[in-house]
Amino acid sequence: MPLIKNGQIADDTWQVLEDDAPLPEQGDVIVALERFLAEIDQIRTRSGRTGIAIENTVDPQEVTAHLDDLDLIALDFPAFTDGRAYSQARQLRTKQGYTGELRATGNVLADQAGFLLQVGFDAFEVAADQSLDVWNKAANSMALAYQRGYGGTQKTRDKLQAARPLANTSNCALAVEQSLPI
Amino acid sequence: MYRYDEFDTTFVRQRVDQFRDQVNRRVSGELTEEQFRPLRLMNGLYLQLHAYMLRVAVPYGTLNAAQMRKLAFIADKYDKGYGHFTTRQNIQYNWPKLPDVPDILDHLADVEMHAIQTSGNCIRNVTADQWSGAAADEVEDPRPYAELMRQWSSLHPEFSFLPRKFKIAVTGAQADRAAIAYHDIGLRLKKNGSDEIGFEVLVGGGMGRTPMIAARIRDWLPKQELLAYLEAIMRVYNLHGRRDNKYKARIKILVHELGAEEFTSQVEEEYTRIDAPRVMPPAQELERIAAYFAPPAFDDLQDDSPKFMQHEEEDAAFAQWVERNVAAHKQRGYAIVNVSLKPVGGVPGDASSDQMRAVADLAEQLSLDEIRVTHEQNLVLPHVRKQDLYRLWQELKKHELADANIGLATDIIACPGLDYCALATARSIPISQDISNRLGDIARQREIGDLKIKISGCINACGHHHAGHIGILGLEKRGQEYYQITLGGSGDERASVGEIIGPGFSSETVTDAVETIVDTYVGLRQNGETFIEAYRRVGPDPFKEAVYAAH
Repeated sequence: MPLIKNGQIADDTWQVLEDDAPLPEQGDVIVALERFLAEIDQIRTRSGRTGIAIENTVDPQEVTAHLDDLDLIALDFPAFTDGRAYSQARQLRTKQGYTGELRATGNVLADQAGFLLQVGFDAFEVAADQSLDVWNKAANSMALAYQRGYGGTQKTRDKLQAARPLANTSNCALAVEQSLPI
Repeated sequence: MYRYDEFDTTFVRQRVDQFRDQVNRRVSGELTEEQFRPLRLMNGLYLQLHAYMLRVAVPYGTLNAAQMRKLAFIADKYDKGYGHFTTRQNIQYNWPKLPDVPDILDHLADVEMHAIQTSGNCIRNVTADQWSGAAADEVEDPRPYAELMRQWSSLHPEFSFLPRKFKIAVTGAQADRAAIAYHDIGLRLKKNGSDEIGFEVLVGGGMGRTPMIAARIRDWLPKQELLAYLEAIMRVYNLHGRRDNKYKARIKILVHELGAEEFTSQVEEEYTRIDAPRVMPPAQELERIAAYFAPPAFDDLQDDSPKFMQHEEEDAAFAQWVERNVAAHKQRGYAIVNVSLKPVGGVPGDASSDQMRAVADLAEQLSLDEIRVTHEQNLVLPHVRKQDLYRLWQELKKHELADANIGLATDIIACPGLDYCALATARSIPISQDISNRLGDIARQREIGDLKIKISGCINACGHHHAGHIGILGLEKRGQEYYQITLGGSGDERASVGEIIGPGFSSETVTDAVETIVDTYVGLRQNGETFIEAYRRVGPDPFKEAVYAAH
């Protein structure tokens, strides 16, 4: 599965560790949440980085105490229509203040790129048939967002307003062309 | 009315471009139908029995004349010369072609309209009391908050892939004309003990196969906290709403399974975690939106118009129309006019392009350029001078828009049913037409009085049958349509779910049964009580006896 970060195909240094595989001393590994919690002491002695994969039924508060031990959290989309991980991501990024890599895994559709970025994902495992071009086009197709307090590159009205006054476009269907540089 | 600024215009245009690209990728085969489906549904495009259906948002049911003319233009150019106004205050086109849809959306954007989130498992078009800003019984105009929610819910990054669709309704009046208790979230502006205005918050109402009346989870919420509080509700639902069974995926099931108290405490706990100032709009943004809904330039009039009173005295048909279709306005000398889209024997909610243009012209001339769509599938001209009522009525008559039947037996809600809908199990429209023809004599309708008949063509209840005084549900068994009757439902401030009276009826006999129920009511009513009042007094038994003895 190609990994996309910062709008480009990225090398994936992370290895997903099977539950029965021994914990390596080195290298970046992703383990299941249960194993992470059970083996936290050994994990802390590793020289490699550690991440966890959590299912979308898990309350992110369960890992609140361990955020400093984590360099990656992978959130799962069992189907692209199952939007629970959006709220998990939002909770991790806002209330819990998680700043490490937040990776979207599973059934990740390019057309959701914009939303995923807005709630705080910054790495995406996408299916091989989803081209980078389509991904980047989708990620940038909306320059604006109404919701305050979310991430992403989209500008909210108050941010845009702070940059320059907005025109009232009543009866002016050509406003899009005039306002392209936002 | 709200007007787009550069931000809104750009947003909607970019959404059209985004969707145009998605349609192109579908047409080229790059997207499978499975991948395209949730994308098109996010933009109101359904695949129905015979064709695509496009549902266009009429935010909180408010239109101006230019918008209505554009809807007429689209009906002529891309459809068969008519449109269908729905129970969610939207309009549907039943015959658009897929490659044309992006162009239709561009035409809509020309008049500050869109089809964003008129379907899909996301926050749908927010609905509101159709008399907002005009009603005499209003605490405050709810439309600024409806517009705020329209913006906030549009392409919401976190809440666009919910367990199921999500519907919000808002009213600013005591009398509930928006059926808020039947919505996922119902909001009512009200005063607290200190005379401050805030929101009463209801959650978990709904129709479908499990009808429920919403629970109150906040008696009073400061107005400015609305979006932050909604975010808490939505997050609890997004994380915990059931996704294993689409029939149990609405928030009403979550509220029911957790219990209202536990659900409320989860919402309140989540609310404490939200950085509200970061989410809530700045005060000047609320003021900016509210300024668009300042009362229009009303003339300073006497309350009574001698001309109007004279016409009312001299023309009985006009007086009857006034009695049923005209309501009290908050501004002296003005009235609210309800325009019936329920001609006897007609298709509820359908309007021809000529009718749309006529309403647009009349709105411009006589209603300060405002039109509303009601969830009961009628239109409203909200700001008419009483002295203009007679002229308006005469004009409406020319376009077959002057039926004096608002709230009467032929003011029927019906879903499109098996004539159009891929989900339907039975026809709704022909049943509605049959009942309308049977009870259509205006003297008889007036004798029967207030009566809400609502018809759904399947268990999904788009025709709101659970909330009908008489509800009819079309089902199918072994290839035969049959119709269950419920009695005692209500969608107003005394919301109740109708109860099934017994075995169903065939399409040939259901109208007889409805007529028997109506006649039974007329026979047993006391002191001018309405159908629903009488039903609440006597219960279902006299009706059951009459119906099943006769059949």
